[in-house]
Amino acid sequence: MSKIINSSGDEAGFAQPLYVPIKRRSFFMYAGATAGATALLLSGCSDDDDSVTPNGISLGSGDVGVLNYAYALEQLEAAFYAAVVKTPATDFKTGELDYFKQVAAHEAIHRDFLKAAIVNVAKATPVQDLTPDFSKITFTSRQSVLETARTFEDLGVAAYNGAGKYLKTAAYLVIAGQIVSVEARHAAYVRDLLSNGSFADDSIVDGSGLDKAMEPVDVINAAQGFIKEKLDAASVGK
Amino acid sequence: MNIFRIIEQLSEVDSDVLGRFDSRRAVFKTLGDTAKKGALAAAPVFVASLFQKAYGQTTSTSVIDVLNYALTLELLEEDFYAKMIAANQVPAGAPAGAIALIKKHETAHVKLLSDTITALKGTPVTGKKFNPAKFPADYTTQLVVAQALEDTGVRAYKGQAGALMGQMAGATSLLQVALQIHSVEARHAAHIRTMRGQSPWIPASDSSLPEPLGPVYTGAIPESNVTQAGYDLTKQLPTPYSATDAAAAFDEILTKDEVLASSRAGGLVI
Repeated sequence: MSKIINSSGDEAGFAQPLYVPIKRRSFFMYAGATAGATALLLSGCSDDDDSVTPNGISLGSGDVGVLNYAYALEQLEAAFYAAVVKTPATDFKTGELDYFKQVAAHEAIHRDFLKAAIVNVAKATPVQDLTPDFSKITFTSRQSVLETARTFEDLGVAAYNGAGKYLKTAAYLVIAGQIVSVEARHAAYVRDLLSNGSFADDSIVDGSGLDKAMEPVDVINAAQGFIKEKLDAASVGK
Repeated sequence: MNIFRIIEQLSEVDSDVLGRFDSRRAVFKTLGDTAKKGALAAAPVFVASLFQKAYGQTTSTSVIDVLNYALTLELLEEDFYAKMIAANQVPAGAPAGAIALIKKHETAHVKLLSDTITALKGTPVTGKKFNPAKFPADYTTQLVVAQALEDTGVRAYKGQAGALMGQMAGATSLLQVALQIHSVEARHAAHIRTMRGQSPWIPASDSSLPEPLGPVYTGAIPESNVTQAGYDLTKQLPTPYSATDAAAAFDEILTKDEVLASSRAGGLVI
């Protein structure tokens, strides 16, 4: 408000009336375009379905969209670690397989829990079962498995960090927070296996001491190569 | 409510009304998103937040309190690692590298939080230190305390996320920044735990450890908890899971009062 008071005491503030109509007109042009586009979108979409659009399977919107987004990522992680445990790398070191069995259980719990919560707490339809595409991963190779795990875990952390702000329901935010720190623990563990001391190195934590945060669309783009179905995260949290 | 009419009227007293919104494209995008939802009921909230940003007034005391609470914990951690490095007992190589990296992050968190509080016209707390009388004489116990601090930090940030929902510093979501710090603390905690030969995640059994660790994992919702959103994860999911896996799959919150209790971080800070 102080800025308004200042400008009203400043004659120069009133000496620029010419700018106002121009700005106002351009504003209404934008507003008109927005309203038109909105009407089109409204007529073209129904809210509750996992509708398949040209952009892929929609993860949905609002809080349910965020939960489905998390559920999709957890499906991917759970499937990956299930495969790691089923056909362990031949050169895993002592203790590593045991820890990966635990990680596999954590991710399966996240997956099953999120599905149950979407159905019974959010009263919504979970996104369908996804088909993983792990053809690029050499499961017999420790290095290949660890590098993929690092990708998934760092991506999972950045995904939860970036999506938290879209949640409107505090209880869901707490759940996301309870999961993301476990993902960060996984990430640190896998990174240290690849190179001891890289748990939070400069490639993942910035100069302000912040982990990465990514927008849903960017995360799904990064994960898409590992999923056969095409996913659309454009309306997640919106 | 007709937002265009309001903006039109505002433009009569404030010719720069549109220039005040952080990004015009963002405004139009948000307008479109709001309209798309058809959430007329939400419109006043949206408009209020739009103008709150545009004419940014003081941030609520409770948000500053939360940030100062986080800053207190970061100051405690920063000073602890400074003392640990000064004590000169950390073995050279990987251990010293890890402690130096963690110290660097805690220092960055202190600066970031202090700067943010100042930018929001609050007063950052200063002078919070790790109680020298509680500083362990040996490296092994120093690592125990480091684990206690890191796992406490993870639980503490988690406990405050709700208070930061929708809170902005300019165009930055304070919640997102808190989450970005929170996951770094979790990475620290995982590494310190492995330096001690512990699992990087928290098994149910940690809740019964002696001080200083045990209390870190207890509280109204202990880390041994296996129930989330009303679901007993060991019984109510399609596949049964062990209590240890169910407990480790979720980290739990600690409330501010719990964190500042004398048996936890509150007993270490002066």
